[in-house]
Amino acid sequence: MHEMSLAEGILQIVEDTAAQQGFRRVTEVRLEIGALSGVEVEALSFCLDVVLKGSVADSARVELERLPGQGYCLGCGQTVLVSALYDPCPKCGSYQVQATGGTEMRVKDLLVE
Amino acid sequence: MCTVCGCGEGETRIEGHDREHPHDHSHPHTHPHEHGHEHSHAQAHPHGHAGEVHFLAHKGDLHYGLGPAHAHAPGLSQERMVRIEQDILGKNNTYADGNRKHFAEHGIFAVNLVSSPGSGKTTLLVKSIEMLKEKAQVAVVEGDQQTSNDADRIRATGAPAIQVNTGKGCHLDAHMVGHALERLNLPDDSLLMIENVGNLVCPAAFDLGEAHKVVILSVTEGEDKPLKYPDMFHAADLMILNKVDLLPYLNFDVARCVDYAHRVNPKLEVLQVSATSNQGMDAWLAWLLAGLGEAQAARLQNVDLLKRRIAELEAQLAAGG
Repeated sequence: MHEMSLAEGILQIVEDTAAQQGFRRVTEVRLEIGALSGVEVEALSFCLDVVLKGSVADSARVELERLPGQGYCLGCGQTVLVSALYDPCPKCGSYQVQATGGTEMRVKDLLVE
Repeated sequence: MCTVCGCGEGETRIEGHDREHPHDHSHPHTHPHEHGHEHSHAQAHPHGHAGEVHFLAHKGDLHYGLGPAHAHAPGLSQERMVRIEQDILGKNNTYADGNRKHFAEHGIFAVNLVSSPGSGKTTLLVKSIEMLKEKAQVAVVEGDQQTSNDADRIRATGAPAIQVNTGKGCHLDAHMVGHALERLNLPDDSLLMIENVGNLVCPAAFDLGEAHKVVILSVTEGEDKPLKYPDMFHAADLMILNKVDLLPYLNFDVARCVDYAHRVNPKLEVLQVSATSNQGMDAWLAWLLAGLGEAQAARLQNVDLLKRRIAELEAQLAAGG
């Protein structure tokens, strides 16, 4: 989806932090992207490629950490790992699984000089 | 394009705003971001590499020291780590909270209508507004990439409407809706229908401050759309299966569609509606009016609480004096 918007959002967070803390260069940007967040990580890294050019984070390494999808199964009452919103419960096969984790899209930290 | 506002390249147009969108207006939601920040890098550069990108499998660990250029040894270089822990959509969410607060203070029930293009959102809206005329004050925010055709259709019913053109943007965001709210100047206890850009993907991620997302799926589309576009069906609280008057002419399996939708979102409510034949319209309007009733009741309760608090303070003052 809207990965270009997300990349612009990441740049804005980086630039805001640079303005607050007065660093000149970002060498690494670390992101946490949940498996159920709807973000296509390949597309996001492509967009970041473009968006970060010429910014304080020009040629910074980008690390995308994928957080696993987690759901609560109403069928068997357990918290289970799922890789998609429509996955059945791996324990009991029920589709009554409510996503409880893995929807994050966060900038975790930066390495700066 | 500025993520939050979409206005960085002058692409977003909100009716009544100047084309250039200079942002010198005041509005109730806080507005910390600077405009005119240059995103000159967007097209001016060749799309080569920009450093390595590491995809990490999740282990719940911090991954310092992976890879050659990656040694994290504080003190050995000028590098330092800055902890951010910020949601990428954090700014949008801040604007959404501002909108939500505004809605709560004014007893406004806001719904965000999302669907593919052509699902019948605007027709459903026009019909709903006509049928609700005696019962509620309705206003509409219309999102489309271009044209004010939809807002014109809504205004023909007599209801106030503001068109937001997102330019190249694929979704409405909370900041655009905040601007539209200033223009609409809604009376207390209104029903606000936000018709998002026709797109089953991107609008799922953007909270506008609404009470509910309502996803509209028409039976002329595939019954497996909930599986193909799970994010949207997961984000919604109500699914309207629209154009059900056409079911006799189609091979659309309603039960299977609802089953798919519940796989993605077990709590999703489903209403079968036809804005043409009026089938199911009563249930849809009842759902809207129930939500509006709750929003109004919550506002009145707030007002009562404030009045009681004022009375208490006055009593204390009187006793003290």
